[in-house]
Amino acid sequence: MKTQSPVNRRAFLKVSALASGALLIGVGYRETVRAAHHGKKAKTWAPNLYVRIDPDGKITIISKNPEAGQGIKTAMPMIVAECLEVDWSDVHVEQAPLDDRYGRQVAGGSRGTPDGWNDLRIAGTGALAMLKNAAAEKWGVPASECEPNMNASIVHKKSGRSLGYGELAPLAAKQSAPDADSLKLKSRPKDFKLLGKRIPGVDNKKIFNGSLIYGCDTRLDGMVYAVFQKCPSFGGKVRRANVEQIKSFPGVVDAFVVEGTDDLKGLMPGVAIVAETWWEAQSARKQLRVDWETIQSDSTADYQQQAEALSKEKGQTVAEAGNIDKAFDQAHKVLEAQYYYPFVSHANMEPQNCTAYLQPSGKMELWAPSQNPKAGRSLISSTLNIPEDRIHVNLTRMGGGFGRRLTSDFMVEAAWIASKIDRPVQLQWTREDDMRHDFYRPAAWHNLKAAIDKDGQMTAWENHFITFGDGRRTASGARLSGGHYPAGLTPNFRLRQSMIDLKVPTGPWRSPGHSAYCFAFQSFMDEIAEAGGRDPLEFRIDLLSKKFGKTDFVTERAAAALKLATKNANWGRKMGPSQGQGLAFHFDHGGYVAYVAEVTAQPSGQFRVDQVYGAADVGPVLNRSGADNQVEGCVIDALSTAFLEISFTDGEVDQSNFADYNLLRINQAPSIQVDYVQSDNDPAGLGEPPIAPATPAITNALYAASGKRVRSLPLGNEGLYI
Amino acid sequence: MSEITLNINGEKHTVDVPSDMPLLWALRDKLNMTGTKYSCGIGQCGTCTVLINGMPMRSCITPAASVAGIEVTTIEGLSEDGKHPVQQAWHKVDVPQCGYCQGGQILTAASLIERNANPTDADIDAAHSGNICRCGTYHRIRKAVKLAAEIKKGDA
Repeated sequence: MKTQSPVNRRAFLKVSALASGALLIGVGYRETVRAAHHGKKAKTWAPNLYVRIDPDGKITIISKNPEAGQGIKTAMPMIVAECLEVDWSDVHVEQAPLDDRYGRQVAGGSRGTPDGWNDLRIAGTGALAMLKNAAAEKWGVPASECEPNMNASIVHKKSGRSLGYGELAPLAAKQSAPDADSLKLKSRPKDFKLLGKRIPGVDNKKIFNGSLIYGCDTRLDGMVYAVFQKCPSFGGKVRRANVEQIKSFPGVVDAFVVEGTDDLKGLMPGVAIVAETWWEAQSARKQLRVDWETIQSDSTADYQQQAEALSKEKGQTVAEAGNIDKAFDQAHKVLEAQYYYPFVSHANMEPQNCTAYLQPSGKMELWAPSQNPKAGRSLISSTLNIPEDRIHVNLTRMGGGFGRRLTSDFMVEAAWIASKIDRPVQLQWTREDDMRHDFYRPAAWHNLKAAIDKDGQMTAWENHFITFGDGRRTASGARLSGGHYPAGLTPNFRLRQSMIDLKVPTGPWRSPGHSAYCFAFQSFMDEIAEAGGRDPLEFRIDLLSKKFGKTDFVTERAAAALKLATKNANWGRKMGPSQGQGLAFHFDHGGYVAYVAEVTAQPSGQFRVDQVYGAADVGPVLNRSGADNQVEGCVIDALSTAFLEISFTDGEVDQSNFADYNLLRINQAPSIQVDYVQSDNDPAGLGEPPIAPATPAITNALYAASGKRVRSLPLGNEGLYI
Repeated sequence: MSEITLNINGEKHTVDVPSDMPLLWALRDKLNMTGTKYSCGIGQCGTCTVLINGMPMRSCITPAASVAGIEVTTIEGLSEDGKHPVQQAWHKVDVPQCGYCQGGQILTAASLIERNANPTDADIDAAHSGNICRCGTYHRIRKAVKLAAEIKKGDA
């Protein structure tokens, strides 16, 4: 059950030396394969750059991906340091800007770790090989006798000689680069000296003294500040606005009507106000009067009515296996339930912002807290007609991502304003702007139906998924794959789908889809287990042991995670009065995660999550501290989000700030214990996989504690509070 | 606009600010001290926390003029060397994810252990319940506050 991919045969090493004698190690791709991979015309090959060793011994590792709190800026350089055989304290980490030579630079899809795994090992291992070769040449001994000593030095034990990496760098840069295919790459936890340890975040100390620069902390000479007012009803256009009056307010530098486009993910119409300080821009905005032309009036109540009507229809069949109608006819028991979850917002602690400066040369420079800076550059280029090679994007730390910053609306807004002002400008949204102009995780309804035989076996699973889309394609973040489990785990399976058209923007939200529908699937599984008189754990282990077709995950790995979590929680132990245990598992983004939650519930509806036991199989854990932090954070995020809802009236969002979208507080947070199945598979990212099963583990525990089956979120609407 | 003198981290700064400008924006846009962060603007999340006479306050809803001459500590001024017990504990426990709320969390913790040498989970929850962490580092904050209290006493 190993899924180690072969070493990326496309990759090869590029080595060069700076005038200072510094050794540069990059990993490049052969252009033909790279071109084929991207389906584009072949481009001139250009090396990227991960490692720099200065003659004074300074070792710098470049982190190419945006950092939003997922820990990639620590984990990725750890891979290089591991392979370079250097002590972590000898390493400096630098953030790369957006640079096409790095390939994918996205914080999304939990792809950073798996995508970087081979390249970064090649960069570190290759650099070490060249340092060894340089030492061998210098000493006239075989390279096989030259070894690193974890002190950033190469030693020759027989003669007792030793040279630092810095001293060797100029000579190493002249060595021919080893063939990437010939390098022996470390891949197993038993090979690791650094990986797997608890390493604190590389930027911690700057966080602790306030010197870490987030997007909104960018400060440039002569910089001005901007706010941008869009129509509260999505897509609304500006008929007229009192911009001339606004220009007369204290501190205001300029004000503009932005015509904008029809693209909900692009430059929306609105009014921009620029001032010497942000407070002055925002104060002027309070006097802004805009006559909006609204173009839609979507409402949650209307969606609900449409969903009820669609529930009575059959929908379109997306996937089918076996003979499901016959299975229902012959069932010992048929179980039906409707599950619902609402729209939710990302609510990054750092509201959207971006700093931009159109230089006199015509070059547009941006400082963007973006999860996908390349997409932002492309949007700016197409919207403002600036060639991509004249747009330079600096990646700043982000105060949270969760998928919100994959969309680049704030970047194009800042660039538009900068194109009208001859000074650097920082666009800073308010919390209200952020909450009311998000790309929401879509709501959905699942009409679930299961057949159970007299032995309590599930013989059929049907899901009528009522989601959002234009009838042809589901909206962003609103898709459910036909191959998703329990497809392949039951002899008879059907996924039907109906769509509700919508005019409000949706988008990816941490583990898109999974973080929503896992609640429905894993809750209904408990209902099926109970209807068949079976224990929720035994039912799932049995389910995962049978194959009725293709599954989109390795069932043994899911079962192993479930077994570890339940072992640590002592599943089935006698609980106190009003207490209960609940469990759930899930697979997404390459990771397998299972939880046991323990809940104490009062008859009043008040409950407390006392303890959560998590178990994950994401291959080897790279940074134990960062990994635990992601799992712990996902449990909190799941519990927090189970209480939250974004609703719409007349095309506008009803919520606006933390007063009516109140994230979980510390006094409501459970204690969390995390463990891992450290398999030999390639590593997966951990930003997303731990969230999906946390919600149903908690609601299943609520059922065990109180007898109340939660089929609809948010929990507050079910009379539950914490 | 009015000229006021702010006492930030033991240094006096004379600034010309609109009379209603919150301390947060005087710090960020007038003094370029960006360690104090904006998040909700209505005193709901604690991200913008500073210490005023040692007590945690929300700088987003505190007019700058109202604290003229009063001792204000921001995250930049918690310690000279980054070795305040809370800073040490926060690193050892590796509390942050995105880190955006942590300045406010750290100042809240520093104020708590000044007043309470042995904070319990309940004490920590009470002190920090006004500080939202969207990444969910609450579990680690509890651990780090206790460690900070021990470091302060010289036990760790």
